[in-house]
Parts: sequence; C-alpha cells; structure tokens
Amino acid sequence: MAVATDTSKPIEGYLQVDPEVTVAGDVATIDARSIYYKHLNEAIRKCFAEGVPKVVLRNINGQRYIGTGIRGADKCIEVHGTAGQDMAMFMDGPTVEVFGNAQDGVGNTMNAGRVIVHGDAGDVLGYGMRGGRVFIKGDVGYRVGIHMKAYEGHVPVMVCGGKSRDFFGEYMAGGMLVLLGMDTRIDGPLVGGYVGTGMHGGVIYLRGEVEPWQCGKEVGIFTAGEEDLATLKPVLEEYCEAFGMDLDEVLSVPFTKLVPVSHRPYGKLYTYV
Amino acid sequence: MPITLIQPEFKVHIDYDKCHKCGRCVQQCGWSVYSFNERPIPDDAKCRACHRCVTYCPAHCITIRKNDLALRDNANWSPALRQGVWRQAETGGVMLTGMGNDKPYQSIFDHLVLDACQVTNPSIDPLREPMELRTYLGRKADAVQVTPDGNGGFRLAEDTGVEKNIKLDAPIIFSPMSYGSVSLNVHRSLAMAAERLGILMNTGEGGLHADLYPYADHVIVQVASGRFGVSPEYLNRGAAVEIKVGQGAKPGIGGHLPGEKINREVSETRMIPQGSDAISPAPHHDIYSIEDLRQLIYSIKEATGYKPVGVKIAAVHNVAAIASGIVRAGADYVYLDGFKGGTGAAPQIIRDHIGIPVEIAIAVVDQRLRDEGIRNQASIIAAGSIRSSADMAKAIALGADVVAIGSAALMALGCHMCQGCHTGSCSWGLTTQKAELTRRVDPEWGAERLVNLVNAWSHELQEILGALGVNAVESLRGSRERLRSIGLDEQTCKILGVKPAGM
Repeated sequence: MAVATDTSKPIEGYLQVDPEVTVAGDVATIDARSIYYKHLNEAIRKCFAEGVPKVVLRNINGQRYIGTGIRGADKCIEVHGTAGQDMAMFMDGPTVEVFGNAQDGVGNTMNAGRVIVHGDAGDVLGYGMRGGRVFIKGDVGYRVGIHMKAYEGHVPVMVCGGKSRDFFGEYMAGGMLVLLGMDTRIDGPLVGGYVGTGMHGGVIYLRGEVEPWQCGKEVGIFTAGEEDLATLKPVLEEYCEAFGMDLDEVLSVPFTKLVPVSHRPYGKLYTYV
Repeated sequence: MPITLIQPEFKVHIDYDKCHKCGRCVQQCGWSVYSFNERPIPDDAKCRACHRCVTYCPAHCITIRKNDLALRDNANWSPALRQGVWRQAETGGVMLTGMGNDKPYQSIFDHLVLDACQVTNPSIDPLREPMELRTYLGRKADAVQVTPDGNGGFRLAEDTGVEKNIKLDAPIIFSPMSYGSVSLNVHRSLAMAAERLGILMNTGEGGLHADLYPYADHVIVQVASGRFGVSPEYLNRGAAVEIKVGQGAKPGIGGHLPGEKINREVSETRMIPQGSDAISPAPHHDIYSIEDLRQLIYSIKEATGYKPVGVKIAAVHNVAAIASGIVRAGADYVYLDGFKGGTGAAPQIIRDHIGIPVEIAIAVVDQRLRDEGIRNQASIIAAGSIRSSADMAKAIALGADVVAIGSAALMALGCHMCQGCHTGSCSWGLTTQKAELTRRVDPEWGAERLVNLVNAWSHELQEILGALGVNAVESLRGSRERLRSIGLDEQTCKILGVKPAGM
C-alpha cells in the first residue's frame, strides 16, 4: 500500500491547455478537440465574462459540465459534437443548443434557461430541475425528469421526442414532463416501467397510451382533455419550432395524462412516538 | 374497546396550594397539555417532559414524574417494546421519532481515557502560555514548499494548495440542521455564533434563508438528494459545499419534511410549494458509484470556482473503504456521522438499529487513509453524539480534524431532549415553524449561549492539551498513543488502535 495518488490530477488523454478561441463580433468559437473539460469551461466562462453573448463549441467529445452554473438569460452556447455528463447543471438562464447527442444528467438541478438537444440523451435528465425548458429530439434513458419540482413562477418543462426507459418522472414534485415517441430508435413500448413512481406533484403527458402496470401506484391515468391541450399546445409549439417539426402531426395522436393521486403520498405512513 | 392501551409516560403534578392560577403553563406548553378551568388541569398523556412549563412556572409548583406503573418484569420484553407493539397495532404506522439513538449501547468514548504529563515531561499551563486550537479544513498539499524570508528564516511558499482551506478558530463546528426542521431563529443563532467564534454553521438540506446571507463566510451549504433550495447563487453563498449522502440517525434512508412544516418562508427557502411534503429520496439519483460522486463533486466545483466540497456519510460497516473512495473522488473533507447522531425525524427502528459508533468510524477511516497515503487529501469531521469537550478531545486523538455538534447546540438553546422534534410543536421554539413558538428563541440570546458553550469547550480542550504537554491541537490529531482503553475487549482496542490502560 502506502502509494500516494493525487486525486486532483485529471484523467489522462486530454490536453490540459487553453483551447483556441476565435472571437468574431458577438460570437466566440472554441475548438474543443481533446481539451480537458476544466480548461474548456474556463474558456467559456471567460468569453462570457468578457461580454461575448454567444459561444460556439466545435469538436466536443464528451467534455463534462458545459454550461454548468452559468447565469444570465442573455447567454447562449452552441455545442457541436457529443456533450458530456451534467451539461447545464445548476444553470440559471442561458440557452444551450446541442447539435449531436448528450450524455447523462442534462439540466441537473437547473434553475432557468433552455436546453435543446438535436439527438438522443442519457439517464437522469432534469434531476431536481425547478425551472426552464429541456427539449430532446430523440430517445432518452432511465430516470428522466426525476424529482422535477415547481415553485411559484418557476415551472420546469421537459419534452422528449423519442421513447424513454424505466422510471420516467420518478418522485416528480412539479412541472411538466412530455414524451412523444416519434423520433426513436427503440424497438419497444413508448415508455418503460415504474412511470411516475413516488410522484407527488406536476403532470406527465404521453403521446399515446400507457398500461396501468407500467405506472407507479401514486399515479392516476387520464386521457388529456381540452384544458390539458391548452397548456400543452404552447409548449409543443415551442418544441416544434426548435426542431422544425409539424405541430399538427404531433397533436394527431391523443395524449395520456398522468397526475399524482396525492401531493402527500406518505402522509399516513407514520405513527408518532 | 379502549381507545388506546398506551398509558401516559409522565405524570404532571401541580401543587395547587402554591399555584398562582396565572395560566402561564397553559400558554407555554406547545403540546397542549393544559386546559384551564379556574386552575390549570393537565392531560398527562400529552406531556413529553420538556420542562417548558416547569421552567416558566412563577410558583415552581409543577413537578413532572415518570408514570411508574408496574408491569410484570420481563427482561426480554421491555415496557418500551410492549408499547411499540400496542402503538403499531393501533395505527399500522412506522414509528417516527426525533433526536438521537436513546438505547443503552456502550459508549466507547466513556471507555477511553487521556494521558497527562508527569515528572519526565512538563505539562503546559494554557492560561499563561500559547495554546493553538486553530484548524484548517480541507485538502492539504502532498508536499509544502518554503522560500527564504530574507532574515535567515523561511516562509511557506505561495500556491502550495492550502489557500482553499477554511480557517477555523476552534476544531468544532455546528452540524447540519435544516431550516424547516429547525426554526429560522435557530439558524440565525447558529450563524451569528459561528461568525463570532470563527467557525462554521451548516444549512442542512433546506436551503439558505436570505437573512443569513451576511454570514456566508461562516456557512457550509448542503446539497442533498432533494436538492432543496440548491441554485448557483446558493452554492456560491457558502464557504464550502457539502454533499449529504447519509445521516447517522438514519443511514440509507431519505427523509421528508411533512407538509405542515412547509410554511411560506420555508417554501421560499426550499423553493418548493407550501403545504406539500418535501421528500428527499434515499439516494442521490445522480450518484450510484464513486465515479458518479466524483462527477457531482466536480460539477459543484465547476459551478463555484473550485470551493471546498465535502461529503457527509453515516458511519456504516464498510466506512473505511467508502471514505477512501470519497477522498479519491476529490472531496476536501469527509464528514462521519455516528449512529448516535440526532435527527429532526427518523423511523425509530432505523435510528436505533442501523450504523456503527463514530469512535470506530474515525479510527478506521483515519487508519485507512494513512495506509493509503491520502490522509492529507481530506479533513475528517466527526459527529454523532459529541457530548462534551472530552468527547471532542478523544475524537481528535482517534484521528478527527474537527468535530460537529447538533444536539449539544440545540440544548444550549433550551432543548431538553424530549424527542418530539418530529411533531413540529417544540415548546422551546426550536424544531417548529409555529410563529407563536419560534419567537421564543431570541437569536441574540441564542448566539450568546452558543458562543459560551463553544468557548467553554475550547478552554477545556486547551486544558487537556496542556496536561498532555502539547501546545497545539494539531499535535493531538490522530495521536492514539495518548489514549488508553478501560473495559474494552481486545478486538475493539485493536480496531481503535488504542492500548488498554496499563500498557
């Protein structure tokens, strides 16, 4: 034993150098090829600090924490490549648009802003998210929209255009979670099992149907009515605009609505000592 | 059929000859024990023996006694166990309680004694000689560099990696108690005291109320699985950020603050709707491995300009390996919470039967990190029933850098350990959100009492260090040679790395 390992040293294989930044007018372009995430994100923050409102990232290949902790609605990040884990985590205001796929943890504990992914995304999207929009064009993984929550004016919205794996909307406490099942490469049902398990707030809309056995016991299953479509339509309009899709086609299939049967699912669980 | 088989635990006796009939007991009791009909009439069944009425009775005419009903002796079926069965047969519920483990487990601290200097090496009088309690919390560099100071001496070189450490004036901080579980006045008291003492308070998982923003340099902000109140602003308000993985009183389970406790201000601070339960899932759903933990640690560092990030875990069987993983994941400190740690609400079965003593956890974690050559990479904070300065000194000698106190801090503010925190009706105004109760704690009064407590413990620690013949708490850290055990078995001594007295 007794071998000292310095955990602060980054993983090998990335270049620990400042990336090349080209500023043209209001747009800064960063070539992220092989650049370690720490140096990349430092460069992004520096661009914003210097007043450049838009940063375009080229050759992204799994770098983590893009847009993490960035504040301000006037800022915009364009990602070309595959975005790494925890993109837009703790983000408060900016817009992040990914031309490619995104890994796990997109919009983790996000406060406000917009995330648009022109591809698939991984697991645990929008964990504890309490505001803003996350639009995914394609399929999503497990535990998507977990513990999303609303608070007064902050109502988070996530729309996924493909299919989803298990635990969609688990522990959901607020906001709106939508699954369309349109742009998909998954050969299976629209959504996996355990949908809305532990749900105690918010609403889930599924384009199509769901079997009761797929849902948590905390969930009530309804067909979306006129009122639902009134709240859903503006969101889907925004979604269609982001991806150049046809709203009528999206609305051509009836939606299923899932809401919690109680906002206090565990109120009667205890006896006080 | 009887409404309940459970008889009152206490008898409230009022000496009506002395009673002023002033009704103060009626007004003071948060549990609604008293009604008033020409004189106060107690309902014994509601009494929790918190002594609020006793303390405020101007005539000193109230006595609380145990309800000494005889049950046939049975060493196997204690009265408490029988009562538990009756309670659950009546309600079908999980038994919920507050504060720390109250079962008669052996206290290892009480079986450890400290050394002192006699004859061959001088002890030090801390009243007349310097005695350093200053402690730095966070990662220390693998090697330090020095530069000549030009006068023939040396100075610590800049950029040696300790800049991000948090300076504490004493090796003691306040443990996390969330706003929601405790009142805002408790948080104010803790924050004011922490600032005056040059130490830290910890928000717990309920967010940071705007009133506490001025104390940001003395606040650890916590990120738990519910992510309540966690925003970029919140993260940047703290001196450090703590990822709460577990709590000694309820290892491995989540928590939830009942909707009744979520009033407007709690809802604002937690950023959740009023009246709905605040549910903390058992795990963080973005941490399923050490690699995931590293990911969260570094996402927080990215969002805060690389502030120190600590990880709080409950002391459990495999704690040494877990702590090693946490340090390797990049944590700046590991917070070990022993199984006697307190809670605002926990299932009694979990509180009383899960986890291991903090003494063991400190010893095995410190040893493991030393063996692996990574002890310098993180500080160890120990908590889970630190009851006196002696416990603090022994914890440090076993290998902790800093201890954290929660129950003791609440007791400084009036808590009598009635274990009713979960009811939300605390007569002392601590673990409640009812305005008529929370105003009972004046933060200025509270801060003064907390400052007194920590100063007293600090003085006592200095006396202990003086007796040991060392002039800095640094010299006691991990110095198990200065501990001896009395009445502990050989295996436990070996695990603790402590010799029995006489050796």
